[in-house]
Amino acid sequence: MSVLTPPRSTHSRRAGRPPGARENFSAWANRHRKWLFAAPAMVFVGVLIVFPLAWTLYLSLTDSQGSVRAASEFVGLQNYLTVLSDAERFWPAVGRTLSFTGVALACEVVLGMGIALLLWRPFRGEKWVRVAILMPLVATPVAVGMMWRLIFDPNIGFVNQLLGMVGIPAQPWLSGQDTALGTTIFMDVWQWTPMVVLILLAGLTSLSEEPDEAARMDGANAVQRFFYITLPLMMPTVIVAILLRGIDALKTFDILYATKGKGGGSFHEVETLNVYAYGLSFDYNQYGLSSAVLILFFMIIVGSMWLLTMRKKAVSK
Amino acid sequence: MTVLTQTKTAAAATPPAPRRRKPLATRAYKVFRVAALAAVVLFLVAPLFWMFLASLKTNVDIYDTGKSFLFTPTWENYANVLQRNNYLVFIFNSFWVAFVATALSLVLGVPAAYAMSRFTMHRSALVVLMARVIPGVSLLVPWYYVFSNLKMVGGFEVLILSHMFVSLPLIVYIMMSYFDSMPLELEESAQVDGLTPIGAFQRITLPLSVAGIATAGILSFIFSWNNFMFALVLSGSKTKTLPVAIFDFVSYASIDWGGLMAAATVVTIPIMIIALFTQKYIVSGMTAGATKG
Repeated sequence: MSVLTPPRSTHSRRAGRPPGARENFSAWANRHRKWLFAAPAMVFVGVLIVFPLAWTLYLSLTDSQGSVRAASEFVGLQNYLTVLSDAERFWPAVGRTLSFTGVALACEVVLGMGIALLLWRPFRGEKWVRVAILMPLVATPVAVGMMWRLIFDPNIGFVNQLLGMVGIPAQPWLSGQDTALGTTIFMDVWQWTPMVVLILLAGLTSLSEEPDEAARMDGANAVQRFFYITLPLMMPTVIVAILLRGIDALKTFDILYATKGKGGGSFHEVETLNVYAYGLSFDYNQYGLSSAVLILFFMIIVGSMWLLTMRKKAVSK
Repeated sequence: MTVLTQTKTAAAATPPAPRRRKPLATRAYKVFRVAALAAVVLFLVAPLFWMFLASLKTNVDIYDTGKSFLFTPTWENYANVLQRNNYLVFIFNSFWVAFVATALSLVLGVPAAYAMSRFTMHRSALVVLMARVIPGVSLLVPWYYVFSNLKMVGGFEVLILSHMFVSLPLIVYIMMSYFDSMPLELEESAQVDGLTPIGAFQRITLPLSVAGIATAGILSFIFSWNNFMFALVLSGSKTKTLPVAIFDFVSYASIDWGGLMAAATVVTIPIMIIALFTQKYIVSGMTAGATKG
């Protein structure tokens, strides 16, 4: 190690300072560079996370409401009991969160794999397709929500106009009680399939050619090669894509708020856990209840991530 | 799927291309692929184009389904958005918050990612990456309480701090996978030649990581620009960012569709232009760490 060699940086020759102190400091800094580098970021994130999380945990055990400053009583697990026995808002919200995430992820992975396979081999005009793929990905989600709101408008929207041309009656889309959640899933698929495509394409291009070639020599057809060679080899990448997308899909907020407003619409038709917790906190000021919902939500996210990571380890072996 | 991968049958005899094999597709597959890709492009771009078209229409034309494509374009909505609704201020707010949050996060995040990569500090990295997992709402209540006591809500500092919370984990994540794939030898030989470890980081590693830093910085800027929830709670009337300002065009009674679409276009265009010129970086950032297995 070169810790003991005098530093050659110009700093040490700066006038007006005893060279010894500067060198001592430099040696000290180099010895402790691991924490010197990592600590500021960790402290920043730690203070901004650990403190709020601890606070949320504490609030979830009190009956805090109205204002966080107002006196609140310690009520033990009362909030959790209230939330877990709430079949009107909480459990439907859990159901919507899971079905939104599940359906959106399934569509995104299947479509994403198809598009990635289409893009796998180079072709003319590739550049333009890649630009097109990036556009939904970087577009501001709130603006995207507003855009679809116009396109899916039951009266003036382009989608119903198109359906009218082929003789299908107009659909209520976002304003229908049964169709709203599906429509928001469609919006999520439009915006985030490109991300899955990019991840899977990176995985495809890093695959080695030999197994595929060997299978072809043995007479396997294209379908067999995809399901028995390419897909198993791609499994770790597919799971990474599901993991990265899943975390964000569970927490979807922007497009739901932009299209249906507070509380996920007047019948709460798109109210997911995140939207529900936001409403409890900032519309109803029920901090105790909302904290209990958030803690449960957090456990759902961490739990599903843990399951996926386990699965990935199993596939990678 | 049969059609998709039929190309491979003929590819065996061709010399290996750098990265990918040469396309030797059958005619049917070629036609299918062109059609499928055209459909994909249309599906992804058409809605954005529709948004732009609507932003050039008067509200009367938007309600007239006969004028979907044939109408007299007007810049009236944009004049409305930019002049009467103070959008120039909101554009500046969005830009300033995203820029400062990204810059500060790079200063904190790049050295941290370096240390975490070189010393394989997996547990420490987990702490920072936790920030990507936690639902934002659970942070907002405590933040709002503390910052409103400090009389900081409605100021730029709070917004920048909260956006750094999004940027920093993203930057650490991208830079860690970048440093992981960077060979150690260069730094080691620099140290043999007499540089201190920190000196080697400063003079060898950093200059070599410009591409990675650009990737992390661009993505962090985009995510911060697009962020909605933190600004919704923590911004004041003077520090409103664009995604929050869009809601000015939506009221319970009615929606000013033309203005709304013009506003949505104004929010999206800058980020799309950035994306157009920095494609390569965005792709490598989005796929960072995805294929290391």
